[in-house]
Amino acid sequence: MKMLVKASGLLLTQPFTNIVKHSFRISAACTAIQKLTRVRVVDNSALGSTPYHRPPKCIHVYTKNGVGKVGDKILLAIKGQKKKALIVGQKMPGHTMTPRFDSNNVVLIEDNGNPTGTRIKTPIPSNLRRLEGEYSKVLAIAQTFI
Amino acid sequence: MRTESHKAMTDMAASRRPLVAVCVALRSSECTSVFLQNRFFSTTTGFHSPLGDEQPGKFTPPTKPVIVDKTQAEVTQRKFLSPEFIPPRQRTVAVKFSIERKDMIQRRKMLNIPEFYPGCILAVTTSDPNANGKLNRFVGICIERSGKGLGATFTLRNVIEGQGVEICFELYNPRLQRIEVLKLEKRLDDNLTYLRDALPEYSTFDVNMKAVPSPATGEVPVNLLKVIMKPKPWSKRWERPKFKIQGIRFDLCLTEEQKQEAMKWDQSWQEFDLMKEYDTSKIEEEIWQEVKQEMGK
Repeated sequence: MKMLVKASGLLLTQPFTNIVKHSFRISAACTAIQKLTRVRVVDNSALGSTPYHRPPKCIHVYTKNGVGKVGDKILLAIKGQKKKALIVGQKMPGHTMTPRFDSNNVVLIEDNGNPTGTRIKTPIPSNLRRLEGEYSKVLAIAQTFI
Repeated sequence: MRTESHKAMTDMAASRRPLVAVCVALRSSECTSVFLQNRFFSTTTGFHSPLGDEQPGKFTPPTKPVIVDKTQAEVTQRKFLSPEFIPPRQRTVAVKFSIERKDMIQRRKMLNIPEFYPGCILAVTTSDPNANGKLNRFVGICIERSGKGLGATFTLRNVIEGQGVEICFELYNPRLQRIEVLKLEKRLDDNLTYLRDALPEYSTFDVNMKAVPSPATGEVPVNLLKVIMKPKPWSKRWERPKFKIQGIRFDLCLTEEQKQEAMKWDQSWQEFDLMKEYDTSKIEEEIWQEVKQEMGK
């Protein structure tokens, strides 16, 4: 009835259980944008442009897994408010022939998919054009497509 | 005159040339004379092919049109074998590489893939599947070339509107329409990924820059530029000897202590490891001959 409990600190009264627990934390798999990633707002909306002592952070990703790639909707915490946003550029490399940006870029969005700002100066990946139906207004305010 | 032209007609009718149908329609002597006048034939009678025949009535095909490919205006006279042709050291059947090479050569006949190295400034035009018929042009510095065979890639980097963008293009992707080398030069390293942590001015290139003509013979010019880095932390520890970087101004960003610390990871014995040796000179020669032959066809 030997019990091997390394770092859990619990005392189990079950017969012979071989519980091996790691003494270190395993981080989440390398993902593009997930909860608590700091993002960069690239449109000219007031909420995105005014400085604040905390950077805008992702607090929820609207996908089946919690991983946000280019074209996914996320929930941001900006200036103490919750705001939805669309991912328009990621630092993690995607498919070949798709651009990889040096920062995680995001465009603020309303609940119906309309953008909050009026112009996007930063280049946007052209594979976002597949979102013609849902985010056509975001694509309309973009200036350069890469 | 009539009989000769008639004989010519029947011969040609037998060979079924579409041109003959027109001539047959205009078979009256009047028409032939008018035709002859318009064409300024030196021969006297009947319908003759414009180049003249060996025997009267024998058809000689017109010469093949000479297509001048403007994209291949200056073909390099340097002996350059693209690195993706050299097969890696693998436990695979040699047939795999030879079949791949055939496909690569076939694609190269369609699209001119010029000679370029990491450090060259390229402009790549691709067709966009999301916007039908529209072409996307991206200009950037080639920071690395990786992959072998048909999956060979090269990454271009540029800073646009203050945003650093990198695109990894596949050399043999059918979406590529045109690859131009705007500036042909080499740098001190083969892998310029450290440009991500360098000051943005070193990755900024004008999108509308004109091509700089480079000589087709002789050595490729080496740019001895040493890049100034942003403050640490960097995406990778570039000072470590495993990266073997020559193109960074380490004297401006590292103290002596940090350099000593980096040398702790020096694995200088690997240079003498016989198992890691892979001499490609003979394979390169064979493949170079094969490729030159196939491309010439």
